[in-house]
Amino acid sequence: MTTMTATSQDRASQTINYGTVDHAGPVAWSDTAKSEIETIFAKYPDKRSATLPVMWLAVREFGWISHQVELIVADALERPLNEIHQVVTFYTMYPRKPMGRHHIQLCRNISCWLAGAEGLREHIEQVLGIGVGETTADGKFTLSEVECLAYCECAPAMRFDDKYVGNLTRESFSQVIQENA
Amino acid sequence: MLKLVTKNIGIENSHTLDVARARGAYSRVEKAFAMTPDQLIQEVINSNLRGLGGAGFPAGRKWSFLPKDSPKPRYLVINADEGEPGTCKDKYVMIHDPHLLIEGIIIACWAIRAHMAYIYVRGEYDLPIERMEKAIAEAKHVGVLGEKIMGHDFSLDIVVHRGAGAYICGEETALLESLEGKRGWPRLKPPFPAVEGYMRCPTVVNNVETLAYVPYVVEMGAAAFAALGSERNGGLRMYSISGRVNRPGVYELPMGTPLRQMIYDVAGGISGGRQLKAVIPGGSSAPILRADEIDVAMDFDSLAKIGSMLGSAGVVVLDETVSIPEALLVLIRFYAHESCGQCTPCREGTAWLEQIVRRILDSKGRPGDLDNMLRVAKNIIGNTICPLGDAAALPVISYVTKFRGEFEDWLTRARPVGAFPLRATHIGEPAAA
Repeated sequence: MTTMTATSQDRASQTINYGTVDHAGPVAWSDTAKSEIETIFAKYPDKRSATLPVMWLAVREFGWISHQVELIVADALERPLNEIHQVVTFYTMYPRKPMGRHHIQLCRNISCWLAGAEGLREHIEQVLGIGVGETTADGKFTLSEVECLAYCECAPAMRFDDKYVGNLTRESFSQVIQENA
Repeated sequence: MLKLVTKNIGIENSHTLDVARARGAYSRVEKAFAMTPDQLIQEVINSNLRGLGGAGFPAGRKWSFLPKDSPKPRYLVINADEGEPGTCKDKYVMIHDPHLLIEGIIIACWAIRAHMAYIYVRGEYDLPIERMEKAIAEAKHVGVLGEKIMGHDFSLDIVVHRGAGAYICGEETALLESLEGKRGWPRLKPPFPAVEGYMRCPTVVNNVETLAYVPYVVEMGAAAFAALGSERNGGLRMYSISGRVNRPGVYELPMGTPLRQMIYDVAGGISGGRQLKAVIPGGSSAPILRADEIDVAMDFDSLAKIGSMLGSAGVVVLDETVSIPEALLVLIRFYAHESCGQCTPCREGTAWLEQIVRRILDSKGRPGDLDNMLRVAKNIIGNTICPLGDAAALPVISYVTKFRGEFEDWLTRARPVGAFPLRATHIGEPAAA
């Protein structure tokens, strides 16, 4: 990873920023992350195949994928920036702006819709005082509406951070919020 | 009722190696190794095991397509990017019986002589990913996976690869692109993945559930496995039943189980004692069935015969209070969102269809909108690289054709303009008249 040192604010200002939210200061991999990247590379026949896992690592390290993060990912993978940007914007799970401490992902597809997800969403928006795609003023919760989570048997469902919560009601939602407030 | 891939659900610590082994895990590997790869492939062909991700392609035949003389490495890629709306089955195998999946992978890799397998799991599936990784580590630790499996001259490594949120990556060539670190844009076929798949090397892509049945094909023998299902549809399968039924859930049943029995016996009938209006029989991409069309055997061939499809076997039940045009908006919004943008007919067509349904439901529909929808849908079919376009267009045609009256009601009836009307009827409340 010899090219990984080529990351600076200078470089960020010289390349096109496609519209992500910037990090405030310089961004660099931690030593742990650097060794994890090597572990990831060992799993694949080429470095490009490691794009998605390295991007996940970047989300864990930096919270969201900013222009600066795209640059150091591109350097680590030895790929052009536009390829990295294509990937970041194609998939829905890489955040491109700062997220709340907790991420509420409410399913809106057919089985959850049949179980009242639409009314539930309106209720949640009221309770949190935000709309879909927004974060509460205290930075605690970000609300997203997502397509099928494959939890149809327990509709309506949400993914709260990394956990699935099924058979969601107004009451059980409030309980989750209280436990994580 | 016989259970195979779901038999360990509910057993304490079924995901751990000790419990799984005590209940039969890895006991079929020796039997598979005793067969030549060609014998094993023939056995799976004879079992009538179909591709349970949705396409229904005979699993053994897919394996047989790998070129015999290629010097390139061969790969098995496991499609665990479960995301067809109404389908929620594969996670049960990964959460409760990860060692069964690993066993199926070992046997499949022996058959296709692959030494590397990637499990592509949808990004949201944290628990399945955790369980699979733990199980792989356990299996390697005791030598049922890794170098020289169980003392045989056969090595195999398995890597869990996490997706990042894209329905299209469930399509096998999009999945391979994604695995290579790119956007999930489907590839033109041919070349098929069997010839040029991951890294342009011979690759088999199989669904989780398909591979989970492979150890049972080996254990029972092809004939006994085939006999569990219906003609040309071997064995059992996991049916995800959701929507307006009393007992939604994932049920493992014989291939060819009648749909009526699934809805009224297995899933306990329509919730609230209401009447059935329609059923989506095989995930959201399947053309819808009216209530008078449910006397059908739930296998690939029987549903194809009546113009629908078994697909991923996600059964979604709509009762009499559900508005079909509103249900269609939920689905077409989904396809417009998930279209990868590569092919014009799909990218533009799904967006236009969503707009038309929205304006109909906003009481701004125009005369001719319904025929226009049919025309747009028909211009998508067959004109795209991958089946997502068809998967969006076929339901549109079936909803508009079979429930045309409901759409016409929206076109003729005066509705208050303003609030967006998409609102599921809450269970227990009558539909807005």
